[in-house]
Amino acid sequence: MVDATHGPDAHAAEFPDVELYHPRSWWTRYVFSQDAKVIAIQYASTALAIGMVALVLSWLMRMQLAFPGFLEFIDAAAYYQFITMHGMIMVIYLITALFLGGFGNYQIPLMLGARDMVFPYVNMLSYWTYLLAVLVLVASWFAPGGPTGAGWTLYPPQAILSNTPGQEAGIVLMLVSLILFVIGFTMGGLNYIVTVLQGRTRGMTLMRMPLTVWGIFVATVMAMLAFPALFVACVMMLFDKLLGTSFFMPAVAEMGVQLAHNGGSPILFQHLFWFFGHPEVYIVALPAFGIVSDLLATHARKNIFGYRMMVWAIVIIGALSFVVWAHHMYVSGMNPYFGFFFATTTLIIAVPTAIKVYNWVLTLWRGDIHLNPPMLFALAFIVTFVNGGLTGLFLGNVVVDVPLSDSMFVVAHFHMVMGVAQILVIFGAIYHWYPKITGRMLDNTLAHLHFWVTFVGAYLIFFPMHYLGLMGVPRRYFESGDISFQPPSAHELNVFITVMALTVGAAQLVFVFNLIWSIRHGKPAGGNPWRATTLEWQTPQTPPAHGNFGRELPVVYRWAYDYSVPGAPEDFIPQNQPGPTPPHHEGSE
Amino acid sequence: MSVVIMLFAGFAAFAGWWLAQQRLTSKPWLEQGVIEGVPDFEASHDPAKRAGLGFFLAIVGSMFTLLAGAYFMRRDLGDWQALPVPPILWINTGALVLSSLALEYTQRSVRRGDIVRLRVGLAVAALFALAFLGGQLIAWQQLSAEGYYVATNPANSFFYLVTGLHGLHILGGLVALGWATAKAWGSEKVEGVRLNVELCATYWLFMLFVWVVLFSLIAGWASAFIELCGQLLS
Repeated sequence: MVDATHGPDAHAAEFPDVELYHPRSWWTRYVFSQDAKVIAIQYASTALAIGMVALVLSWLMRMQLAFPGFLEFIDAAAYYQFITMHGMIMVIYLITALFLGGFGNYQIPLMLGARDMVFPYVNMLSYWTYLLAVLVLVASWFAPGGPTGAGWTLYPPQAILSNTPGQEAGIVLMLVSLILFVIGFTMGGLNYIVTVLQGRTRGMTLMRMPLTVWGIFVATVMAMLAFPALFVACVMMLFDKLLGTSFFMPAVAEMGVQLAHNGGSPILFQHLFWFFGHPEVYIVALPAFGIVSDLLATHARKNIFGYRMMVWAIVIIGALSFVVWAHHMYVSGMNPYFGFFFATTTLIIAVPTAIKVYNWVLTLWRGDIHLNPPMLFALAFIVTFVNGGLTGLFLGNVVVDVPLSDSMFVVAHFHMVMGVAQILVIFGAIYHWYPKITGRMLDNTLAHLHFWVTFVGAYLIFFPMHYLGLMGVPRRYFESGDISFQPPSAHELNVFITVMALTVGAAQLVFVFNLIWSIRHGKPAGGNPWRATTLEWQTPQTPPAHGNFGRELPVVYRWAYDYSVPGAPEDFIPQNQPGPTPPHHEGSE
Repeated sequence: MSVVIMLFAGFAAFAGWWLAQQRLTSKPWLEQGVIEGVPDFEASHDPAKRAGLGFFLAIVGSMFTLLAGAYFMRRDLGDWQALPVPPILWINTGALVLSSLALEYTQRSVRRGDIVRLRVGLAVAALFALAFLGGQLIAWQQLSAEGYYVATNPANSFFYLVTGLHGLHILGGLVALGWATAKAWGSEKVEGVRLNVELCATYWLFMLFVWVVLFSLIAGWASAFIELCGQLLS
């Protein structure tokens, strides 16, 4: 912070012509800050903190599956509450919030050469609404009856019936929390979109934006259009729960008593939920795609292969993801012809996705690969995403999906493709950008330890789980008991998976320790430790000061991937460096 | 969900049209220097706020379209009994139209540079919007007095749900309108509130459009219109 020594108004004097918010006190600088970088760190810390809760929940679930009865406080109700909260937190409050609220806030202004988001005040409100949503979610643990155990999909009618745990207050708090999240997220999302459209510096055309920004941008547009469906579904379910309406609730008899609900359609909820839910998968995948592209190019010292194709693929995936939602509903009893249509669209998405994977691999081809932690995580992402994607081909086909539905195979599939894969990118991105955020490197030895245990461990958890699913082990069961089709080896596998899950979870503590320890004790990083081309590495100060770029905004002269340009003095040319036409321009020499 | 798909097809067409102008086929690795002749955006707040409102309206539009989609799906499930349209809804519609017209008048005053008329226009618009909200509450009261409670029938549930959400959006708009009014009273020149007035007018026009669509949905004309279209197509 340059102005820390000159008083709060130093910036106003320093950039007289810049419309910029100027913090005037410690509170407005670090707590109620309108600086996108501070908001990003707030978003990321909150998301990681609540994510740790979800991690502990997964341990408890695994303990129950492997050693039923060992932890006495886990009864069936508690188990369902753990499942629900683990899923909801991981998908929405951790991954979505971290990618868009965390990385979006930090990277978009810096990578585009902007001083801040275009609506800083709204951006601040976005974070505080998100925090409120998280607190409401956490509050459901302390409410009578505990959090809801309806499963992360919250399907009615069971979500609001009395046999479901958390029926008293948990489900209401869950729905309110989601509504708050959507409202807060809309405020942030408007910022990200409009900053990309209007806040770019001179020379930064859309086709010169780093793929990280492309991924976050398209994901945010999708989120803006998909989250209203979640909002509508939550509001209508609140009506059903609190006012006794029958939007989703059919005529139900509960404990022999006919309820007042009548005629509602649970399928209607499923349509609304998955109209949000499927784009959500790509809302967390597209930022990961973008970030991984940048990590690979930087750490393989090569330009990204097929940049245009990468951009088009991001846009096409974004558009297609809105017409595949009902592939989550093959067994819901909807018209089978729908299933045929949605299976087709689902398989079509594999085409742009495969293009991206080929381009990542071709970026690595004959690159100068540095196997440092960000690169390791990026490579692990490619492998994991391909693995998860391949099982997606199984589940996307109706005839294969029907027998595998609600089995452990599905759990393994979506954990690989939208859990582990994205988390790996998040780790890689944190190892990559931590030096810019704090000015210090993370410890390399601990990083390698973290990587290998996480990567290998995740495979040891989720690969056997596919096998369990093929054997017919169902998901969501509190306890399997004596089921004749399950051989004893299934249980032994469950024990193995649990041990691995505990190990991988413990490795995350190493990561958290590294994050905290390195703030003070890490090696000083300098401004551009990875010798990267994008604008965030070219800031005058590290960590970037308020206003990001000092007096003059950078001017962009080239795309984001001029690595190893033949004839250039260094193996990277920053985007804001003017220079001669590179020799790889055909006919320029 | 077909109405939702239609809206999203519209969004996709717009996005495609916009992207087509963004030189997505250029080869950035061959280009150097500051590229001129492309939309050059300076970090300026006026167009950003316009774009922000545009996106916000798209989000609000998707929300109400999703509600309409849910409405059509739920309506066909057999237990639907349309509720009578309270006559006061016509008066409310008139109030919202007048509120919107007052904002158009305010925009004209901005162009003429007349700060006094601008203040009057804003105040009148706010008053009519409040009248609209009050009228909606009266409509709720009348319906519930006649026994049309929120849970009695899905038609009633949808009525309360969509009018409530629409009313909340008007209420949110009133905050922005109040902010513009306060600004107009605090300054002697129209320039300071030009953008506020413009954005409020756009928002009001959009919410009026949403209301007209919702009203026709509630009154059943939208269904009659769709049936007519269906008959024409078949």
